[in-house]
Amino acid sequence: MEKILITGGRVIDPANQVDRQADILLADGQVAQIGPRLSASADRTFDATGKIVCPGLIDLHVHFREPGDEEEETIASGSAAAVAGGFTSVVCMPNTNPPIDEATGVEYIHRMGRQARKTFIYVMGALTKERSGQELAEIGLMHQAGAIGFTDDGSGVQNVAVMLRVMKYASMFDTVVAQHCQDNALVKNGVMNAGYNSTVLGLPGMDPLGEELMLWRDVQLVKKTGVRYHAQHISTAGAVEIIRQAKQDSLPVSCEVTPHHLLLTEDYVEDYDTCYKVNPPLRTAADVQALRDAVREGLVDALATDHAPHLQSEKELEFLAAPFGIAGIECALPLYIKALIEPGLTDWAGMLSMLTWRPAQVIGVDKGRIGPGDRADITVIDPGAEWVIDTDTFYSKSRNCPYHGWKVKGRVLATLVAGEIRYLSPEWTAEKQ
Amino acid sequence: MKKNAFQWTRKHLIGLRDLSREELEFILDTAEGFEEISTRSIKKAPPLRGKVVVNMFFEDSTRTRNSFTLAAGRLSADVIEFTKKSSAVNKGETLVDTARNLEAMGVDIVVIRHSAGGAPALLSRSINACVVNAGDGYHEHPTQALLDVYTIRQVRGRLDGLKIGIVGDIAHSRVARSNIYAMTKLGAEVTLIGPPTLMPPRVRDLPVRVSSRLDDVLEELDVINMLRIQFERMGGNPFPSVREYSHFFALTVERMKRAKPDITVMHPGPMNRGVEIESEVADGPNSVILKQVANGLAIRMAVLFLVNQAAMQTDVKS
Amino acid sequence: MKTLLNAEQIHATIEKLFNNIVANVSPESNLAVIGIRSRGEILANRLTRKLEERLGYKIPCGTLDITLYRDDLHAPRSGAQPTVRTTEIEFDVNDKFILLVDDVLHTGRSVRAAMDALTDLGRPRAVRLAVLVDRGERELPIRADYVGLRVEADANELVKVHLVEEDDVDQVIIEHADDV
Repeated sequence: MEKILITGGRVIDPANQVDRQADILLADGQVAQIGPRLSASADRTFDATGKIVCPGLIDLHVHFREPGDEEEETIASGSAAAVAGGFTSVVCMPNTNPPIDEATGVEYIHRMGRQARKTFIYVMGALTKERSGQELAEIGLMHQAGAIGFTDDGSGVQNVAVMLRVMKYASMFDTVVAQHCQDNALVKNGVMNAGYNSTVLGLPGMDPLGEELMLWRDVQLVKKTGVRYHAQHISTAGAVEIIRQAKQDSLPVSCEVTPHHLLLTEDYVEDYDTCYKVNPPLRTAADVQALRDAVREGLVDALATDHAPHLQSEKELEFLAAPFGIAGIECALPLYIKALIEPGLTDWAGMLSMLTWRPAQVIGVDKGRIGPGDRADITVIDPGAEWVIDTDTFYSKSRNCPYHGWKVKGRVLATLVAGEIRYLSPEWTAEKQ
Repeated sequence: MKKNAFQWTRKHLIGLRDLSREELEFILDTAEGFEEISTRSIKKAPPLRGKVVVNMFFEDSTRTRNSFTLAAGRLSADVIEFTKKSSAVNKGETLVDTARNLEAMGVDIVVIRHSAGGAPALLSRSINACVVNAGDGYHEHPTQALLDVYTIRQVRGRLDGLKIGIVGDIAHSRVARSNIYAMTKLGAEVTLIGPPTLMPPRVRDLPVRVSSRLDDVLEELDVINMLRIQFERMGGNPFPSVREYSHFFALTVERMKRAKPDITVMHPGPMNRGVEIESEVADGPNSVILKQVANGLAIRMAVLFLVNQAAMQTDVKS
Repeated sequence: MKTLLNAEQIHATIEKLFNNIVANVSPESNLAVIGIRSRGEILANRLTRKLEERLGYKIPCGTLDITLYRDDLHAPRSGAQPTVRTTEIEFDVNDKFILLVDDVLHTGRSVRAAMDALTDLGRPRAVRLAVLVDRGERELPIRADYVGLRVEADANELVKVHLVEEDDVDQVIIEHADDV
């Protein structure tokens, strides 16, 4: 296996509290050496002066649509998109067709991930059979097959008795129960945030209470069961409040936030652009502010894209009929920079924590750090590169991305997984011959 | 010189929220000019000669569709009737594909009624033809609101300073939304009246007053617009029974005694007699309900004429 | 800008028109006057008053709005949009002897539109055209039966009629298109 030397970069490894200029030598899929001006020989050497070298990014929430909707995305195309976005590990959601609700499904996703040989693929299994919220899925067998957590993502488990049973049962394994918090009775057929805009557009709204009530309910169940619980893509100020309280009470509760909930508000839905139809919906400016404040406060464990590709023909439907979702894993990093670093809510180390070791901790995997001997999952970033997001260049099969044309700052130059270069930006010609 | 330096530039009429007072008044003034055509023995004028109008109705409607058909015909356009039952929509063709197919046949104006809010906006972005919203979900119903304010202007002379009540299911009413925009822009003061379960989220952010007690506000109203209770749209049961709703919110002969003697009574139709309005009131001297229907024709002629005018101008420019 | 007719001369011209018209009218002719909006409408009113005075009986008078019949309705415009206003003809035009009145006869297109509009209202026995000014430069085979003043104006000149009822002054002026 080739040895790779990355010289002169600013190495940021938040888990080890490292932030300094250093060379880093990768050999046999591991970090072999790290330190200033290494005199090691290597097969390939890259000059990373002025760039950031950090642990490979981890995305806890992606939809690669396989099996079932391969015309929208495949594990191969999604994986290529992920490494282009700097992600060395992603977690696939189980709401495929059929859903991943038994061990063979978990194994299938893993196998397709290995074949794609781009990013590392993790899977969450369904909490209930067919994600119907009724009967327990084979959580234990899926856990043994390698599922790193469980969720019925796309909808929440509505019945509180079922949820209690699920959490109790899952507590015998070292795993995490994740939830897309949304009370269907309250949210019904909603397609956007319930508020002034939904009133003016005449669209059925999703009351923020629908998210908050389920999250509050689940936190009470955590108290009872002690299971690790992860709130997926929280979107409201009220949800932040509930997370804050849970953390104050030292409950094993974590949460994630998406780029769109940090950057966009319900005002973007104006004119019925289905690119902004997403679930949970875009909320108000006050909610966006609350989520950003939560980041500043350290309440947010993970930044997650909820990369949800869809066909153009489906997004061309009436707003009521179009599917939910934004595809954006390839441009996520500069969006996080725009939302968090540019307004000064956090610094690079703080932001990278939510993209590396903290999400790794949520799903209980030993990743997200680059000390000597650690797996060589590494992302190289040019923090100053200014560019324009162009969905036509996406590796993803879908184009339902509202950021097309946005001017952003910060770009992934290289993504290495287990010491192998899996993505190299055509912009980066820093290799020394 | 009189009102002259005005140029109508919209080739689509999707809603009234973005229209200025000047634009609203221009439509009303234009409609006045069209009223005469309907009084002739030969009820026709040539401005849309050689133009094709398609009525795309994805939702049942007799009144509005007939009104548009007649309006287009009186302006000498050819009209294609397209309803969901006789189309490829059931076979899964998307709205945009359907419209593009029609456009390929040379359609100039698409009049669309759809159960999904935003369908006309979607169409207007996807095709070159003019798009006129004939009611979409509970977003807007611009021509209904235009004929409402036209009727009020005709009966009361102006809208400035008038106190207008809109009673009923505001949450699921496109008529209410378009009414609010048109009436307030023309200077009226609007009060929405109904149970809180029939009010949309953040209703107080609209330029209106809100009340759940008809009896408290009735006596100050100059105009009252009774919305149809749309059982099919509501879902759940936002009020316990028709009997209870009528008890608090129906316009009855008894209630009319407490209203101003010259109050103007309106209803967008079709009426549920005995539910939101009693027959004696609907057919009584204060009612302008049939006048509304008649005025709908002039308004729709004006709208079809104006969007086509704007389209001709932009086509020439581009 | 040059004044072709001042207030006094306008009165004299209308008088002349009136005399020519009245010579051809009898009580049996079933006369009605229709003015083309908006200056033609005013002239029609003035003529009707005089005719009624002289003949001693009521003569129906109406106004025709020709906006919807104009052949340049869809043509590109730089200025304001023609406002559609109502046609006000409260009598039956069938079998009437119609005197159509306009202020200026130029290309003939307004008169063509007016005749189309009139045809949509019914079938008059005959239509005669009276104009205050005929300035030439015709583009259609149309001529007036009664003309107050004939002017040979160039293509780039505009002849404008101002009437007290609309413009606070009675005058006919001619100006260069560039001056406007």
